[in-house]
Amino acid sequence: MVGRLLARGMAAGIVAALLGFVFARLFGEPQVALAIAFEAAQDAAAGNAPEPEIVSRAVQASYGLLTAVLMYGAAYGGVFAIVFALAYKRLTLSSPRALALLLAGVGFLTFVLIPDLKYPPNPPAVGLEETIGLRTAMYFAMVGIAIAISMIALLVGRAMSVSLGRWNGALCGIGLGIALVVVAQFGLPDINEVPGDFPAIVLWRFREAAIGMQLVMWSTLGLVFGALADRLLRSSAAQAR
Amino acid sequence: MNTSVHTTAPVMVADAGIPLRDILPWGVFGLIVAALLIYFVGAEQGATSLISGHSVHEFVHDGRHLLGFPCH
Repeated sequence: MVGRLLARGMAAGIVAALLGFVFARLFGEPQVALAIAFEAAQDAAAGNAPEPEIVSRAVQASYGLLTAVLMYGAAYGGVFAIVFALAYKRLTLSSPRALALLLAGVGFLTFVLIPDLKYPPNPPAVGLEETIGLRTAMYFAMVGIAIAISMIALLVGRAMSVSLGRWNGALCGIGLGIALVVVAQFGLPDINEVPGDFPAIVLWRFREAAIGMQLVMWSTLGLVFGALADRLLRSSAAQAR
Repeated sequence: MNTSVHTTAPVMVADAGIPLRDILPWGVFGLIVAALLIYFVGAEQGATSLISGHSVHEFVHDGRHLLGFPCH
């Protein structure tokens, strides 16, 4: 059963990635191109040689982007299926489709929005070469903290709903989760390496596109996986009878 | 389909969710695969490097930026 859910999760993640890729091509790539043009103009003004292209821009923006997004979608689709298997009939929602949609929302908050509020996605030309180690460590630390916050909020919400009822119990969990996000926001160091003359509109549009792409991917993952899991769980329940 | 689970313990499956001992091996397998995929999309030839050069980094470059991972 779990193996079949895992396969469906990865398949749903691949479908989600294909839609995410279309969104990224339409809304993300124009901003990446503008940021690279800014970087090239800065290099030229400083008299530096342009960065050598090991992989052409056309390949990076098509096959490279598609490959990266597919790997990401399959990975989080698999993680999603395992979390779903753990949560099914343990969290209060009994409908597989409703549970999948709830978990997709939690996944978007955990893996995208909470880390991005602290360390937002940056276009090319933003970010210093020498801080890549620190920035990578802080980013993955923030993802780890977000995972911990979501687990605490879900478990506290579930425990509190025994005495307070579902609705108030869930509100307790959400309130605690928000308080913990605030603590993380103030507790971790800020990183801001946006060049002073980087166009604000490109930065804003890039971040909109990056987060929008994730919203497309996580909602597709939840809806597609919910439909697939619903069919699988129904047919196995019918066989067990 | 794991038929043995359904024939030996249908009540447990129906009432208490999928048993943890069934989830554990798939969970470990799924998380290892996911971690490898995310490592190559998000961090290889950036902060750390298993394969020399920049071709992996360059190939997934746009995805790495747009998916929110730190880059350069």
